[in-house]
Amino acid sequence: MFSRFARKALPWNVIRRRLLSTTPSRRSDALFVHRDTPYNNPKVAFEFNVDNMKRAKEIISHYPPQYKKAAVIPLLDLGQRQNKGWTSISVMNYVANLLEMPPMRVYEVATFYTMFNREPIGEHFVQVCTTTPCMLRGSTDILNAACEHLGAIKPGQTTKDGKFTVIEVECQGACSNAPMMVVGDDFYEDLTPESTKRILDGFKKGKKPKPGPQSSRQTSENSAGLTALTSEPYGPGEFCQPDFQ
Amino acid sequence: MEFVTSSSLTTTTMLRSSSPALLRASVSTSRVSRPFRGKLRTCRSLATVAEPPVRRYGGLRDQDRIFTNAYCRHDHGIKGAMSRGDWHRTKDILLKGDSWIIQQIKDSGLRGRGGAGFPSGLKWSFMNKPGWEKDPRPRYLVINADEGEPGTCKDREILRGDPHKLIEGCLVAGRGMNATAAYIYIRGEFYQEAAHVQQAINEAYASGFLGKDACGSGYSFDVYVHRGAGAYICGEETALIESIEGKQGKPRLKPPFPADVGLFGCPTTVANVETVAVAPTICRRGASWFAGFGRERNQGTKLFCISGHVNNPCVVEEEMSIPLKDLVEKHCGGVIGGWDNLLGIIPGGSSVPVLPKDTCAEVLMDYDSLKDAQSGLGTGAVIVMDKSTDIVKAIARFSHFYKHESCGQCTPCREGTTWMMNMMDRMVEGRGHVREIDMLLELTKQVEGRTICALGDAAAWPIQGLMRHFRPEVERRIAEFRAANGAVGFGGHLASAADDTLALPDNLGLRLPKVAAPQPQVAQA
Repeated sequence: MFSRFARKALPWNVIRRRLLSTTPSRRSDALFVHRDTPYNNPKVAFEFNVDNMKRAKEIISHYPPQYKKAAVIPLLDLGQRQNKGWTSISVMNYVANLLEMPPMRVYEVATFYTMFNREPIGEHFVQVCTTTPCMLRGSTDILNAACEHLGAIKPGQTTKDGKFTVIEVECQGACSNAPMMVVGDDFYEDLTPESTKRILDGFKKGKKPKPGPQSSRQTSENSAGLTALTSEPYGPGEFCQPDFQ
Repeated sequence: MEFVTSSSLTTTTMLRSSSPALLRASVSTSRVSRPFRGKLRTCRSLATVAEPPVRRYGGLRDQDRIFTNAYCRHDHGIKGAMSRGDWHRTKDILLKGDSWIIQQIKDSGLRGRGGAGFPSGLKWSFMNKPGWEKDPRPRYLVINADEGEPGTCKDREILRGDPHKLIEGCLVAGRGMNATAAYIYIRGEFYQEAAHVQQAINEAYASGFLGKDACGSGYSFDVYVHRGAGAYICGEETALIESIEGKQGKPRLKPPFPADVGLFGCPTTVANVETVAVAPTICRRGASWFAGFGRERNQGTKLFCISGHVNNPCVVEEEMSIPLKDLVEKHCGGVIGGWDNLLGIIPGGSSVPVLPKDTCAEVLMDYDSLKDAQSGLGTGAVIVMDKSTDIVKAIARFSHFYKHESCGQCTPCREGTTWMMNMMDRMVEGRGHVREIDMLLELTKQVEGRTICALGDAAAWPIQGLMRHFRPEVERRIAEFRAANGAVGFGGHLASAADDTLALPDNLGLRLPKVAAPQPQVAQA
């Protein structure tokens, strides 16, 4: 009966059309189950290189010995970095083996946290924040500019040459510097559509543009001149109680 | 009563403080014409209690700012930090003992800066229950640097500009609660910030400030960094503990509270970055100095981060209880297009309800004043929206955020956030029935308070705030859509698309009498 409404309705409803006989539409932006593919299956070998093994041992030592599995998030992150920015099933299995925990517990973690990409991504991972504080400052234009500049891709897609992946992300915690995007690990803030294109062009040429605010300011101070912290900072013991002078 | 110039009259008269200890800043800042005041004084001939002068908050001086490198203008390393007074006689603070430290924090009136505003001294004292010495378990301090609330970017400035303040704070707070180690949980996106904190930790170990004999006090203390991987829910304290333990960040039921059974099953206290980072300065400069700022029960200084439609968005440390209007006009160059162009302000990050313009001119930025205005201080993240804002869309975007970030553990939140998002999306274009506004509000009430953690509440409050103050706008859109497309039933179904040959149930709202629809109104009159 509802499908009857829908068939005559506007496109808005057409998208959501669901016949009674179908299963519910998938509500998540990523598939939570693993399907073996030629590039992502348990037979693809993965192992930490020497440097990362050293780092991993250092990380594991931060936690009580009976709670080795506490290191799973940092280790998956290390594995993802070594595996060209995405966490394959082999990375998860390797980490599970290293931490002596059931692989399922690792899969649970890898599917829960959004920073683990379970599909390959481009060389430069462009994440544009579109949450309200950025939206108010025009992040929609930034996202459109980025997508168009990279060859009319859609958010979530990778360019044909495999160089860029663009996604929409939730708040990245740089709201006073909105709108912003993250490329790899670096924040690019105070963006305009022009500076967005300039930054992407820089990456295309193989350079790394300077991270941080793209406007005249250094960090998150007032761009029209400091309204706080204008004088030299006070030194040790100044203004302290007599006990601590 | 004294007269204050018109702009400040409304805010200050409500909030006269009766404590003489709080009168310090009033003389210099209140704009009272002298002769006028003299005349008034002479009128007071009857034996009344003299009214204390009106105190204006705000105008914090640089010498009273705690985070002196918030803008990263100076060296964030140990040399620069020590020249700015960090690690100065920390040993003496540690040697004063746990009860002295906790008493200082209690006297200073510090309340948790992460959003809930729980008195910090009291919270820390839960770790030192009678007989705690007999408990062989290790004890942990966990720092919540998983700053993900939309609008909030204050901890980031501490992490990258003043990391040593945080590390020293860990040591002092850790001594206060007799912890053996601290974990700093930094959100995964903050890569540079985590690097600065790690550098600070390494430098502190190398200088002997941390480790077996921290600062030469005989007290053993370790600090570790733990990076997250992108989950807003891990900002909730028990979810954060779960996440450090290497599990999905799903909040735990309380009790048992973390102070009894927390990280790795040991006594744990989770505290915000800012709360912990101010502790050494409070100890050194004295509780009364810190308590001298802000109103009673809301004392101290606070980092505010202002974003959205202001001319110069920024992060700034100011006195608590600063009027919201002063904060926006003094530090951010005012609202774009002037104060009259203001539509509304969200005063404490995405989780608190929006305030309309007339309230914004009156409220003070502290826990109690904003609570009285049916909002909250939250994290001190001020999101300003001018008249060009599509307010319904702005709040609908928050619903998308909460839908994305719900961990999926409790049914009301998992299902409710999706429902709220779908309904809000329809409200943006007005595709709905007027009665659906109340259905949506009822839905928010059914999510609120029925979940393990506060994410359900946080998802519900922005919508409640929207409907409280901007309901006419939503009704106008519904009426407009109805005028253009004919009657709309519940769930956005068009009456024109209904098949009259079918026996349609009445509860679809398709054939409700038209009186239910309001007359079109002027937008935000």
